[in-house]
Amino acid sequence: MTLAQRGRVWTVSGFVLLAAVYVRALAFTPTERNQGLAQKIFYVHVPAAWSAMLAMGLVGLASILYLLLKDARFDRFAAASAEVGTAFSLVMLTTGPIWARPIWGTWWTWDARLTLTLFLFFLFVGYLLLRSAVPEQGLRARYSAVLGICGLVLLPFIHLSVYLFRTLHPQPIVLKPSAPSLPNSMLITLLASFAVFTVLYIGMVMQAYALVAERDAVVA
Amino acid sequence: MGEVLRHAWIVAKKDLLLEFRSRTALVSATVFTALVLTVFNFGRDPTAVATIDLAPSILWVTFTFAAMLALNRAFQLELENQALEGLLVAPISRTSLYWAKFFANCAFVAVVEAIGLPLFVLFFDVPVGGVLLPLVGVIALATLGFVAVGTLFSAMVIRTRFAELMLPVLLLPFFIPPLIGAVQVTARLLEARPLSEVSGWLRLLAAYDIVFLTLATLLFPSTVME
Repeated sequence: MTLAQRGRVWTVSGFVLLAAVYVRALAFTPTERNQGLAQKIFYVHVPAAWSAMLAMGLVGLASILYLLLKDARFDRFAAASAEVGTAFSLVMLTTGPIWARPIWGTWWTWDARLTLTLFLFFLFVGYLLLRSAVPEQGLRARYSAVLGICGLVLLPFIHLSVYLFRTLHPQPIVLKPSAPSLPNSMLITLLASFAVFTVLYIGMVMQAYALVAERDAVVA
Repeated sequence: MGEVLRHAWIVAKKDLLLEFRSRTALVSATVFTALVLTVFNFGRDPTAVATIDLAPSILWVTFTFAAMLALNRAFQLELENQALEGLLVAPISRTSLYWAKFFANCAFVAVVEAIGLPLFVLFFDVPVGGVLLPLVGVIALATLGFVAVGTLFSAMVIRTRFAELMLPVLLLPFFIPPLIGAVQVTARLLEARPLSEVSGWLRLLAAYDIVFLTLATLLFPSTVME
């Protein structure tokens, strides 16, 4: 089986599992008392944000490895990860406002995490634009690696600078020093969704990687 | 290190000499700055918004655009007659080359800002008398950050399609942290608040400068390798 085909299997399984997560979320997970049904969107929104962050982290890591080892596979992986990351950050940026409108009473606010994710999206788009604007393969790999590393370093700065404004975003619920503050049934659904989105990320990156490799082979 | 800086200074001097002899870029950037300030004046309703409320934003949006314009030409100069190849075969390190461009860009942007600041004070009647020194300090801190990243990126975009469009798209997200800090500090300064109130922002600006200057110095060789 080729890489693209394996990627397709992972992706399709991911979508099937996502459907299963939503069956569980809607039928077998209690509804949150204050937010009602609107809270159900978290099972997409939070894992999508996780996958987008994971994608950016891995773009940065692959960029460092590319500059150190000059192996084209790292460059292709970074390209694939950025492409998939763009999709996940779009999911995050569309599901967020849909939830925020009924709960916060506004579609958008310049809170620390919202701003951070918006810039994550801008960085992904800038990264892909830069790639498309450099025709020569070696040059493109080096340029995008430089941008990928800078982007990774930029994100903490953006977070820090917008964090100094008061933040509206719900505080961390799962990954925080004390125990997760949500009932077990919700936690299991959310964790299952994290796993599913990671599967989707892997499947999509495999397909995107195969496409990038194909494109490089055609050019070479 | 001494050698690196000496070489950097020689190349920077060449750039600045070219710039001050022809003056086209410098004059264009200064006129552009004056025009953006004018645009801001007519871009608000003077009966509804007091200038002092908008002053920090006007100053920083203007300086951001001016810096962008200045950075666009940093390596453009070297494209003519393959001057960049000449520089790359010269017996100087890539680090020297980065610092040379960094110095020259800082000087260029500083001149534009030195003309832009009095114009801003004049056009918007902003009371800067007592806070001039700290204000200049903040401008310097933010500008160092802008130019550190901008010099690195301008070396990359010159060899891409749509370079003039690519630079702002890549660079503006990187201008956000210094911009936020600079606007906050400027606003406090103009309200005559004590500096201790903004020490957090000043530290953020300084940290940004140090981190990105180091990162750009390390990464620059990868952008000009032949």
